[in-house]
Amino acid sequence: MGALTLGRAALLCAALGMLLLPWHGLEGGPAELAAWPGGTAAPLVALLLSGARWWLWPVALLLVITAPPLLRGRAPGGLLVATGAGIILWTLAMGEAIGLRGLDWHWLAPLLGAPPPQPSLGWGALFVLVGATGLFASGLAARGAFGADAFVAFLVAGSAFLLLLFVFGPLFTILSAAVYEGDRFAPGALVARVTAPEAWSLACLATHEGCGVVWNTLLLATLTAVLSTMIGLFFALLAVRGGVRAAPLFRAMTILPLITPPFVVAMALIVLFGRTGIVTTFMWDWFDIPRSRWIYGLPGVLLAQVLAQAPIAFLLLDGALRAISPSLEEASATMGARRFTIFRTVTWPLLKPALAAAFLLGFVESLADFGNPLVLGGDFDVLSTRIFFAIAGARHDPGRAAALALLLLALTFGAFALQALWLGRRRYTTVTGKGDSGIPAPLPAGLKLTCGLVVWPWMLFTAAVYGVILVGGFVHDIGRGDMSFTWRHILTAFEVEWRDGFALRGSAWDSLLTTIEVAAIAAPITAFLGILLAWLIARQDFRGRRTLEFMTMLSFAIPGTVVGVSYVMAFNVPPIELTGTALILILCFVFRNLPVGVRGGLAALAQIDRSLDEASATMGAGAVDTLRRVVLPLMRPAIITALAFSFVHAMTAVSAVIFLVSARHNLATVYIVGRVEAGEMALAIAYSTVLIFIMLAVVLGIEKGVGRARLGRRAAPASPGLRNAPAAAPVRAGA
Amino acid sequence: MTDAAITFDRVTKAFGTVRAVDEVSFDLPRGALVTLLGPSGCGKTTTLRLVAGLELPTEGRITIEGRDVTRLAAAERRIAMVFQSYALFPHMNVLENVAYGLVVNGARKAAAETDALAMLKTLGLEGLGQRLPSELSGGQQQRVAVARALVLRPQVLLFDEPLSNLDARLRRRVREDIRDLQKRLGLSVVYVTHDQQEALAVSDLVCVMRAGKIAQMGTPNELYEDPADSFIADFMGEANVLDGEVLGPDRIALGGVALATRMRAHPAGPAQLAVRPESITLLAEGEGLPGRIQRAAFLGQTREYEVETAVGTLFVVAPAAAPAFAGGEAVRCRMERVIPLRPPRG
Repeated sequence: MGALTLGRAALLCAALGMLLLPWHGLEGGPAELAAWPGGTAAPLVALLLSGARWWLWPVALLLVITAPPLLRGRAPGGLLVATGAGIILWTLAMGEAIGLRGLDWHWLAPLLGAPPPQPSLGWGALFVLVGATGLFASGLAARGAFGADAFVAFLVAGSAFLLLLFVFGPLFTILSAAVYEGDRFAPGALVARVTAPEAWSLACLATHEGCGVVWNTLLLATLTAVLSTMIGLFFALLAVRGGVRAAPLFRAMTILPLITPPFVVAMALIVLFGRTGIVTTFMWDWFDIPRSRWIYGLPGVLLAQVLAQAPIAFLLLDGALRAISPSLEEASATMGARRFTIFRTVTWPLLKPALAAAFLLGFVESLADFGNPLVLGGDFDVLSTRIFFAIAGARHDPGRAAALALLLLALTFGAFALQALWLGRRRYTTVTGKGDSGIPAPLPAGLKLTCGLVVWPWMLFTAAVYGVILVGGFVHDIGRGDMSFTWRHILTAFEVEWRDGFALRGSAWDSLLTTIEVAAIAAPITAFLGILLAWLIARQDFRGRRTLEFMTMLSFAIPGTVVGVSYVMAFNVPPIELTGTALILILCFVFRNLPVGVRGGLAALAQIDRSLDEASATMGAGAVDTLRRVVLPLMRPAIITALAFSFVHAMTAVSAVIFLVSARHNLATVYIVGRVEAGEMALAIAYSTVLIFIMLAVVLGIEKGVGRARLGRRAAPASPGLRNAPAAAPVRAGA
Repeated sequence: MTDAAITFDRVTKAFGTVRAVDEVSFDLPRGALVTLLGPSGCGKTTTLRLVAGLELPTEGRITIEGRDVTRLAAAERRIAMVFQSYALFPHMNVLENVAYGLVVNGARKAAAETDALAMLKTLGLEGLGQRLPSELSGGQQQRVAVARALVLRPQVLLFDEPLSNLDARLRRRVREDIRDLQKRLGLSVVYVTHDQQEALAVSDLVCVMRAGKIAQMGTPNELYEDPADSFIADFMGEANVLDGEVLGPDRIALGGVALATRMRAHPAGPAQLAVRPESITLLAEGEGLPGRIQRAAFLGQTREYEVETAVGTLFVVAPAAAPAFAGGEAVRCRMERVIPLRPPRG
């Protein structure tokens, strides 16, 4: 696409937005359109002419000066870049400066006086902003950037703008919220908040009081990481080297964390080990072990997190262990090493990077986990729950929430930075292109016994937990041991009535349908945008490519609670007001799951030789044709995988969206958490079962579809199947 | 319009601080096959990609058939390229691959397929249209790639090491096919290779590159017989590079021995002299540089010798029919033809 074509299309789009569409959001719904072109539905041009928005004249003027050259068939690069950027910055800055209460940036009072209140931006503004991005991009292309391809320029500029708006913007908001005390700028408050004893107290060492929430979080994360890595390692050793027949079962188990909403395990633990739990009652009846609430607190949360994390650690270590070339071990054996020496001197050191990765993953997942601490934490608070209560609790204190969120963010980034430092220096290539026919060394007998002693009981435990979930929804009251069969809970949640026509009477229908709808809208957008970004990053050479990649991957590392808080703070007031809508849920899912799509896309593109794109270009195909006819068809497995993942992640997410749901747009997970808190455990379990089955169907169905797509041709890129994909894109900062 | 198919006017392509192509200027004549030859990293592939529009130059001007294409993307130039990997689309069958360029340029599907079928026939690929690329042999894939390029009737056809994925036997046949096709259709072809034999065999013109610059450009004969410097002499085939002295026309001295030979005009005085292994005749006695056979090998069509002399060890290739010498024998080396060299540039 040429710069001129894009420039003209962008001008048209912006003109449409300025002349026809309502500039501000229609809070009262489409009914307000009746007042067009006046009232709340007025387009910008009407607002300017009536003098109601005189401070937006520069937007119109900038747009007008781009028209003559574009209409005469010239695309003046510098001018288009400047006007495009100018329109975007001015529109957003004025939107921030003048809010619902009139002037918000008081230092502008000498210039702007006392302007009337300005509500949030609407469709007209959206079109103008999209158009301005187009003008900006066509200007860049006209100046020869992006290989003079305006289409690529628009994609890069557009995605950078979106990432700035929906990843960096909210982060910036949270940072600024932390330095404000009410309306007053108070940098001292930030220092006080991040160093508060609430966060750092060490009282628990000396007294019976609790320790600071940062210490709690670190303790929990470290324990979770150590235990899940250890259990994962035992599973992997037994599966790869132990010669056990259950190895496929281990691998099937790794699909469980993917399709289980994070707090479901916590519910099952309560049913098993709570004060009236099945195991607790059994212990009391048979061994006189007194009932207690030990499960609420560190032990319970830890157990739940390890249950979720161990299969993922296994997945990583299983892959790493299988990748170690047996000939290395055989070489060691030919040099006279015995079994245990081989393991100690060859196998173990080669496993270290994977162990570190599994540890980091467990650590970061634990930091980000919100559902389990919320359900099982009791008095044991971690950062994610403390942030939630700072916003949703009795003491509503956004400044405090923001400061805690910054602490959590710092911990997460610290962990990633440590990993980058550590992994940067050691990376072992153990898979070579050469054929390898060696036989892996069997486990030393003592080690195999140890593994078995951990693995089999843990399998039993996992089975019990999922058994409780499966059964719990269909018996009267599993929490008190009443195990008689009933449809009652399922009916409460999902009753359907045919009297007087079709009616969904169950209490869960609303949230389930909203969840599916939101996930179904978010998933294709996520997959499409992710794959496009991957294509830009992998295939286009432009300045700032690394920055774009970093921006894309950043949202990966931000814990969900932090995202939720930052979205609430950033999008609760004009210029962009989204809270309470379904759109904010969709946006949240799209930008949180984007890295999964990008990673999948990058992995798939690495398998597709670049000369295919180039061949297409030399035959006269532009970027659009090349994408549509060559790249996307070859990336089909990656696209389907990204679709499935973003769908499933959207269905299981809690931490971010718990801040964003509203009465009209509630989500399944949030509804279930609510039922748990209300003590309706059976209903919550019944609903969870339904969710798990829906996701299992989606994952297996899509896995089958991808499998078939892969059979179609021999030279196809080997894209990871769904079960292996978590290894490629494992770090989910808080589902 | 000039007779040049492609003109480079002081074209530079820099990647960071590395100048992969450094102020290169040339005119490539229309209807000729020109090879870009050089060791890896010399900038030959970058030059080809600059012609294709897959890289845009940092500085300078490129024209194709008189049209300035310096800032045009690959899709907007009328070129076609055969890639080293062939770059056949694995998800399309042979016919779709060949018709692809026509379709994306707006041709109707039926018309595109008719043209594509005709082109498949030209290249002897009838009946393979419905196959997937992965179901073809290496040689067939190569011809599909050529068909796909030719069907667009490009102004310039580019080949990037087209033979490197073929086995040795097939190579000779395919390179002759390419040469025949180029002559038959009167195509302007730019051909990148690192194999000097291949370059000598197919080209009208050879352009030897070194470190981003053109070291020498000429017909295969000129380059082989009259290399500009020791780099070219060595690169275009084996050469003994010796320090000697030019005494006058066809008179040189090596290791203090005056010798008669044939050579291009060169001012008298000390000079570097290149001697091709086959330009040395070994004699049992007579006029010549004295030496002793160090090693002898019989290769069937030829015999190879290493001869120790006062100016160093000479590598000599003699026809099998010539008298044979054994290791340790004393011989005289007659220099049939020597090439006085200019010192390497840069």
